[in-house]
Amino acid sequence: MMRRAVQRRFMSFSLNEEQQMIQDMARKFAKEVMIPVAAHHDKTGEYPQDVFAKAWENGLANTHVPEQYGGPGLSNLDSVIITEELAYGCTGMGTALEANGLASAPVLVAGSEEQKTEYLGRLTAEPIQAAYCVTEPGAGSDVQGIKTKAVKKGDEYVVNGSKMWITNGGVANWYFLLAKSEEEGFLGFVVDADTPGITKLPKEINMGQRCSDTRGITFEDVVIPAKNLLGKPGDGFKIAMKAFDKTRPPVAMGAVGLARRAYEEAVAYAKERQTFGKAIAEHQAIQFMLADMLMGIEAGRLLVYQAAIAADEGKRNTHLASMAKCFCADHANKVATDAVQIFGGNGFNSGYPVEKLMRDAKIYQIYEGTSQVQRMIISRWLLSN
Amino acid sequence: MLRRTLPSSMRAVVGVKHAVDYTIKVQVKGGQVVKDVRHSMNPFDEIAMEAAVQLKEKGIVSEVVAVTIGNAKAVECVRVAMSLGADRSVHVVGDQTAIDNLETLQVAKIFAKLHEELQGDIYLMGKQAIDDDQCHTPQMLAGLLNIPQGTFAAGLTVADDKSSVTVQREVDDGHQTVNVSLPAVVSCDLRLNTPRFPNIRNIMKAKKMPVNTMKIEDLGIDLTPRTATLEISAPEARKGGGKVADVDELINKLKNEAKAI
Repeated sequence: MMRRAVQRRFMSFSLNEEQQMIQDMARKFAKEVMIPVAAHHDKTGEYPQDVFAKAWENGLANTHVPEQYGGPGLSNLDSVIITEELAYGCTGMGTALEANGLASAPVLVAGSEEQKTEYLGRLTAEPIQAAYCVTEPGAGSDVQGIKTKAVKKGDEYVVNGSKMWITNGGVANWYFLLAKSEEEGFLGFVVDADTPGITKLPKEINMGQRCSDTRGITFEDVVIPAKNLLGKPGDGFKIAMKAFDKTRPPVAMGAVGLARRAYEEAVAYAKERQTFGKAIAEHQAIQFMLADMLMGIEAGRLLVYQAAIAADEGKRNTHLASMAKCFCADHANKVATDAVQIFGGNGFNSGYPVEKLMRDAKIYQIYEGTSQVQRMIISRWLLSN
Repeated sequence: MLRRTLPSSMRAVVGVKHAVDYTIKVQVKGGQVVKDVRHSMNPFDEIAMEAAVQLKEKGIVSEVVAVTIGNAKAVECVRVAMSLGADRSVHVVGDQTAIDNLETLQVAKIFAKLHEELQGDIYLMGKQAIDDDQCHTPQMLAGLLNIPQGTFAAGLTVADDKSSVTVQREVDDGHQTVNVSLPAVVSCDLRLNTPRFPNIRNIMKAKKMPVNTMKIEDLGIDLTPRTATLEISAPEARKGGGKVADVDELINKLKNEAKAI
C-alpha cells in the first residue's frame, strides 16, 4: 500500500511484484537453459532450436503478440525485462528470439485481422521463426535505396531482388518483405518462405552472435498475392520504420544484458586475480573501469525503460528508442572491451567467457539502425522540437 | 485421526517457504544473521510444488493449495506457487519479529490448525529449508495430526484407490520404500523431480488469483519460542593449507596441530 502511495507522488524505479517474477523466471531460464550451451552454439554456429523451443514453451518468445492471437500479450516494459535477462545468457540466442518480434512488428502495426490471425497465429501455435526482410547488399542504412522490385500483375505482385543479413533468414516460416513498385511506391508484404522463387543463400559466418542465422535471400519472380500486402500501397517504408519504435528498445536492452554479463564476469575475476600483492579489484585503475561499466549499464537500462514505457503509454517514442539503442550499443562495446582488458591475457582466450561477449557486442552498433543513423534520428528530432 | 471416506479427488497442500535465496552469501553482523537479502522459494519446496502439480496433471489431485508463513513480502512465494500451478494459496502473515521468532514446532502447529479447514489429503513439503536446515516441520506436522509420514522422498506413487502413497525414501545407505495411508505428510528430497519454470502466461494469471491472507496472531496458537538462541557466529575463515615433506610430518601435524588423531 505504501508503495502505491509512493508511486502516485513520484515515479517508481523498482519493478512491481509481477515484473519481479517475470525477471526472476527469465533470469533462471538464462542460467539453467541458455548459459550451459552458449559456448557450444557459438563454436559450432548451430542454430539454437532447442533453446528457442523451450523459451517458446515458457512464454518467453513472441512477447508482444496479443493474447487474442495466442501470444503472452506482454507490455513493452515487461518484454524488455525479459530481453535483458535472455541477453545476459547469450545474445546470439536472444537475437534469434527477438527476430520474431522484429518480423511481427510490421504485422502488428499495419496488418488486417486476417493477416494478424494467420501470421502471428503461426508463431504462437508452434516454436517457429519469422524474419524481417528489408536490408539489401546495396542498401542498409539507406532503406529507401532498396532495389527489390514488385510489379503488379492483376491480383498478384511479382517480386525480384536480393536481400542480405536477414536474421532467421534460413529458418523462417514467413518474412516481412519490403519492396518497391514504380507505380505504387514502397510495399510491405508478408510472404511464405517456401514460395517458389525464394532462395536462401548459405548461412553467413559472423564475428559474433554466431548461432543466430543470418543470410542472403534472393527473390526471382516470386509471386505474392495482393492480399498479402500490409496496409495500403505506398505505406511500406513507413510501416517498416514504425516497427523500429517497438523493436529498438528490446535490442537496446539486449546490449544492456550483454554489458551486465561482461561487467559481472569482470567483477568476479577482479576479486580473484592477484597482481602486485593484492586482488586487482583493489587497484584504482580496475576500480574506475568497473565503476564506469556500472554507471552506463544503470543509465542505459533506465533509457530503455523510458522508451518502452512511452510506447506502452501510446506516446511517440522514436527519439527515446534511438537514444536508448545508440547509448546502450556503444556502451556495451566499451564494457565488453574493458572486460577483456580486465581479464588480461585470459580475456583474449576462448576458455574464458569475455572474448565471446566482445565479439557479440559489435553488432549492436550496426543492426537495427547503426549508431550513426540513431544520431541522425536524434539530432533531427531535437532540432525540430 | 479418523479417516473420512476415501476421496474421489484429492487435495494437495504444499508448504512453500520464502527462504534466503541460495545464491546469497549469508553474513553475520552484530551477532545476527543479515536477513535483508534476496529471498525466494526454498528449492526443496519447488520440488514439492512440482510433485503436486504433476499429481494434478495426472488427474490424481484435483486441487493444489500453496501455503506460506512469513512476513508481508512472503506473498511473492505463493504467487510463484500459483504461477507454477497451485489453484489457490494461503499466506499466514506476521511482522518481522514474529517471523524471526518462529520455530519449527509453531510452523507445524500452524499447518495443523490450517488442516481443520484445508483437510489436505497429502501434505507436500521440502525436506528442509535451506536457510535454517532444521528438517523438523514435516515430521512434527505428521505427529501433531497423528498421520503417517514419508520423508526424504525420491520417488512418490499414489495408489489407484487413493488410500495410500508409496514413498521411496533416500536414506544414508540407499533407498527405503514405505507405503503410508493417506492423509499423510511427504517431505521431498532433491532427486524427486526437476521443477519446471513458471510459464510467463501463468505469472500473468497468478496476479489475479486468490490469496487468502491470515494474520498469524489470529490463529490462536501459542507462538512462544521453546528454545533460546545463545549465540550466532559465522564459521571461522578458512585458513590456507600447507605442504608436508613426508608421511612423518603429516602424522605429526595431524596429531599435534589438527589434533585429528
